Amino acid sequence: MTEQRNSHITVQDKNGVKIIEFSDRKILEELSITEIGDELSQIVSNTKGVRLLVSFKGVEHLSSAALGMLIKLNKQVSEVKGKLKLSDISPQIYEVFKITRLNKLFDIKETADAALGSF
Amino acid sequence: MLRAAVCASTTSDVMPNNDPAFETCVIGSALREIEQPKRRILDAVQQHSFDDSDIFALQLALEEALTNAVKHGNCCDPKKSVTIQYSVNNKRAVIVVRDEGAGFEPGEVPDPTHPDRLPVPNGRGIMLLRAYMDEIEYRDSGRELYMVKLRRQVDG
Repeated sequence: MTEQRNSHITVQDKNGVKIIEFSDRKILEELSITEIGDELSQIVSNTKGVRLLVSFKGVEHLSSAALGMLIKLNKQVSEVKGKLKLSDISPQIYEVFKITRLNKLFDIKETADAALGSF
Repeated sequence: MLRAAVCASTTSDVMPNNDPAFETCVIGSALREIEQPKRRILDAVQQHSFDDSDIFALQLALEEALTNAVKHGNCCDPKKSVTIQYSVNNKRAVIVVRDEGAGFEPGEVPDPTHPDRLPVPNGRGIMLLRAYMDEIEYRDSGRELYMVKLRRQVDG
């Protein structure tokens, strides 16, 4: 398992799946979200068939800009014929996904282990 | 020119919950400036014992409302300001956000939960405001947003 630390996210490789975790408890500010989006975009665009797991462990708040970033990421992943899953979403944040119906767009698993087992 | 947020206490009979005292913050139209008024309002809310779910809702609503005012209302124009007025007590938080933009028609914002719009990255801010605040009203052709969060009271 290899790990790299970037400013807003950490990236781990496990069994061919790239696991992303956020360094911040709050994914709210547009500038940070844009930077996260750019970092993830670079990872995805270089990896055909990428298997990407974004874990929300420790994330307490997010904004609609963060949802927009995830939507763009989802599109980029499908363009390289990859798979994206989300995991470890707190009940409050999951409620945001439900209210916006984005729980229908994303493949959301309760835990990272459950997500890893489903790729 | 970087303009610091200016916040002050004033009294007025303008706030409809009849609180005589409210705070006013004026910020420039840069996204980094929304942090200070957000922080002040959240501090006031915490001092009045709003619970975690209310604070989550307000954190989200403030982020959306202030971002909208700066980005969409004022188009990040450094010559324009956003004015935030708020009053918090043990019953409710009342927040008014005003921009100096051209205005808009909230009713014309498409429903972001429509299946065709799910893959669209933006357009969810107002929907989240409506979901997480107890009352929202756009006034003055969309330039002013009035919103209320009632403090959740748990019966003992």
